[in-house]
Parts: sequence; C-alpha cells; structure tokens
Amino acid sequence: MILDRRTVLKSFVAGFASAGSLAGAGNAGVAPGPGPRFRIWDIHTHLDGAEGDTPEARMAVLVRHMDRLGIERVILSQGYDQYIKNPTPEQVREENDRVMRAVRHFPDRAYGSVYLSPTNVEFCLQEFDRCVRDGPMVSVGELETDVRCNSPALDPIVERAISLKVPILQHTWIRSNGSDPGESTPYDLVELARRHPQAQFICGHTGGTWELGIRAIRDVKNICAGIAGSDPTSGFVEMAVRELGAERVVYGSDAGGRSFASQMAKVVGAEIPDSAKELILGGNLRRLLQPSLEAKGLKS
Amino acid sequence: MIDTNVSLFRWPFRRLIGDDPEALVARLRRKGVTQAWAASFEGLFCRDVAGVNARLAEACHRHGRNFLVPFGCVNPKLPVWQEDVRRCHEVHKVPGIRLHPNYHGYKLDDPALARLLGMAAKRGLLVQIALSMEDPRTQFPLMQVPPVDPTPLADLLPRFPKLRLVLLNAGYWGGATTPHISRIRQAGNVWFDIAMNERVGGLARLIAETSPSRVVFGSHYPFFYFESALLKVRSAGLPRDQELAITEGNARSLLNGQS
Repeated sequence: MILDRRTVLKSFVAGFASAGSLAGAGNAGVAPGPGPRFRIWDIHTHLDGAEGDTPEARMAVLVRHMDRLGIERVILSQGYDQYIKNPTPEQVREENDRVMRAVRHFPDRAYGSVYLSPTNVEFCLQEFDRCVRDGPMVSVGELETDVRCNSPALDPIVERAISLKVPILQHTWIRSNGSDPGESTPYDLVELARRHPQAQFICGHTGGTWELGIRAIRDVKNICAGIAGSDPTSGFVEMAVRELGAERVVYGSDAGGRSFASQMAKVVGAEIPDSAKELILGGNLRRLLQPSLEAKGLKS
Repeated sequence: MIDTNVSLFRWPFRRLIGDDPEALVARLRRKGVTQAWAASFEGLFCRDVAGVNARLAEACHRHGRNFLVPFGCVNPKLPVWQEDVRRCHEVHKVPGIRLHPNYHGYKLDDPALARLLGMAAKRGLLVQIALSMEDPRTQFPLMQVPPVDPTPLADLLPRFPKLRLVLLNAGYWGGATTPHISRIRQAGNVWFDIAMNERVGGLARLIAETSPSRVVFGSHYPFFYFESALLKVRSAGLPRDQELAITEGNARSLLNGQS
C-alpha cells in the first residue's frame, strides 16, 4: 500500500494518542512522541533484519513500523546483507537491485542509496552511474567496505558524488574491544572529507562510541553526525547538538537490525529545542538531498 | 506505567540527565510513569554493598515515596552476603534484588548464585539479573565487562520453582543467540524486560517466543533514553490488553506475587 502524506500524518496522530494511553489512566501522561509537527526522514535503513521473502515484502514490514511512529520516508541501502566481505560485482548489483525493487513498490516511502565496494573501483563507477546518474537512487552508501575510507580508492567515488551533488553515508565505528580489519573510523572519514571539501558526508553511527566520534568530526564542516545504529545511550544527541550544531546531526535508524523506536528515541528523548529536533529528524536530510532530488524531479 | 529497570545515582563514565534522584523522579513522572523499580549504579562498583543499599533505600524514601521501589544489590562473592539479603528484606523492606554477575565477577553456574537464588525464593524476593549494562564495543577501554551468559539458567531455573526471576537488558547484547535461550524463555518463572530488545518487530517476536504475560516494561533509564522503550511498545502494534499488561499489569502481578 502506498500512503500519501495525509495518511502518514493521521497514523502519526494515532500513535501520539496511543502514547498517551500508555501513560495510564489518571496520569498526566505527557506523550514523549515527536508529534505530528515533524516530518521524519531516516537516512540509514536496510532490508536486512526485516522479515519477508522478497524486497517488496520486507519493505512492507518496514512501512508498517514506520507508520506507527510517523516516519514519512527512509533512505534504503545495501539490500539484504550489510556484512558481505569483499562482495563480488554480482553481489553488489544484486543488493542494489533489491533496493530498487523495494523503492519502486513504495515510491512515496523510500528512496534508494547506492551500495558500492571500492575494492573494484571501475565497477564501482559503473554501478554508481547505473543506479544514481542513470537510475533512481539519490545518494551513496552506507559504504561499509573492506577498505578503510581514508584509502585513495574512495577518491573517484567521492568525485563522482560531488559531480552529481549527492551525499555519502559512510559506516564508521570506534570499538573499544578491538576494531574489525578494514572497518572505518570517524578519523578515517575526516581524512577523506578534508581531501574533498566539496563533498557532503554523513558519519554513519558517529563511530558508535559517540563521545569520540563527535569530537573527531567537530572541525570538519562537510561531515554530519549520523546517529543510527548504536544503543540509545542518553546524552548522545545533546552532545552532538552542543558540539556540532543541530544542522549537522542527522537521524537514522539502521533498521531492520535496529528498531526505529530505539533510534528515534535519541532525538525524541533529547533535551534540546523542538527546532533542533525538526532539523535532525528530517530537515537536515532533505537539505542534503535537495540537489539530487531536484535533478531527478523527486519530492522532498 | 511501571518501569522495572531504572537506576539511581552516577554512572562513572558519563554524566546522565536524571542521575540525581529528585530530577529522575520528576522526569519519569512527566513521562507517565507511576512506579519505577530502582537499583543503584553504585552497586556495580562498591564493595560496601550494605552502604549502597542503605543509600538507595533512603533516596527512594526521600525522593520517591510510593513511586520509587528499591531493588537492593547483593554480591554473592562477598563475605557474609547473606546479611545483605537479610537487611534488604527485613530492614529496607525491598520487594526484590538486582544482580550484576558480570560486574561482580561470577558466572551463572557459580554455586554461590544457586544459594542466593534459593534464599531469595525462600524469602519471596523478586530477583532481577542485569545481563548487560552497555554495548561492549563502547565500554571504557580500561573497564571491559562482557555480557552475562544466561545459558546456565536453563538448568538452574527448574531447581527453584518458586523463584520469580526477571532478566533485564536481555536481547541485543544479553544473549539472544545464546544456546538454551529458548529453554530459558519457556521456563514459567522468568520474565524479560524490553530495554535492549532490538530489531524491527523485536518486541512482537519476544512476546511470541515467551508469553504476553512474561514481558515487562523496562527502560534502563537514565542510561538509555526512556523513550526507547516507550516507542518500542507504541510501534509494536499490540492489542490493547497486551499493551496494558506489558506496561503495567505484568509488573504489578509480579510485585504482588500473583504471577
């Protein structure tokens, strides 16, 4: 089912009322939900973790949960499998095809973002052109590769992204219990972003260990903090807003491996002004995607 | 709404909004909570557990009478831990205790735990076991504490049929893929909170694997944003009776010993 904006908002209001009911009878029950005043877009969603035999079925599951929380649109990437090591061109193409199938079935609820692996740069550029330049996708990433993103192998991809003014979502983690080989950190992304000041990056997970990730990217203005895919530890979004400014913080979930709920709570539960929540929950993402959407004649 | 998973005082590696008991109570009330089961972060790190429990009981009484329900700390690896159980029950009148085996350095097949569970069951004390507190990837590098492996519970639980056990922070880091977790889930005397339940559809899956009557609302506040647990319930699309059971009824029955 394709929902228009009016339907989304109606479900949102219903969800808001439901939160009141959760508060229990006779209680003040301030609903902590984002309310119908925010248009929520999610930069970081996968088909992985949602049940279903087809991309369309999995997307339908995601949409059902999006409706309950009032999420208007997700940016979908990587298809079924986030964790392919050294993916072959066939695997990359198959995952991007799955995303495009899901988006085609729910054009008002999702845009696609191209999955690439810079282990094969020539193929990467072909796939970029197939999915973004000549196809429906509006951004790059989540890039989650076997090559750390400070590698020069990323440069041609970034230059192609700059040429079409599409943002790049780059996976990053800082693990205190030992990093995976080839896994990027915010420090790696800073190197890449400094080489390409024209590009726009979203630092996926803000490194997970967000107190470090926020500090790492603070002085590099073409990097936004993506808040998806980590525990909803309180203080994350407050610190990001304090150090980066609300205009550099972007909501995402990392669903279906994560719940929309736990990740949206980082913004909804943060003690920041509503104006900041509005930017983080969707305003910033729409601004980043604006050139790409306009070029394709898509809605923002 | 009853929150079964709240902690008081300071977390040593991060200042948390709500780490002052008065502020915590005010915020939870505004969020619609009518009762919160509160343990102490101090219990994870302090050896003077008796002092921890005295401060917890005093704070609950002073800042949250009829709202904060103290859950005492017991470390069965400390000398005369039995006295901590006695004081929790007889002096502080707590309805239950919260255990942190990974922070206290024992596994669930340790004979000391079996003795503690037996004593708790005999006194009618609820037992909460926190399977984890934090994503191991983000822990302070000089203090790495792996999650608790719940596997031994599969054999342990049948020995204590009168025990009422709540597993907190189970799921994403607390043993969702652990061998025997399905046996643990099927045991009739174990409940699960939802603070670390993850994935799209995760709560509905947990209910399907256990029972609507054995899932309780727990937020892990103030370490986590409270809204995480609340939005999980809202987005699960549960029937109204299940929603009420999870957010209040199951916890109330547990506390009243009616489960």
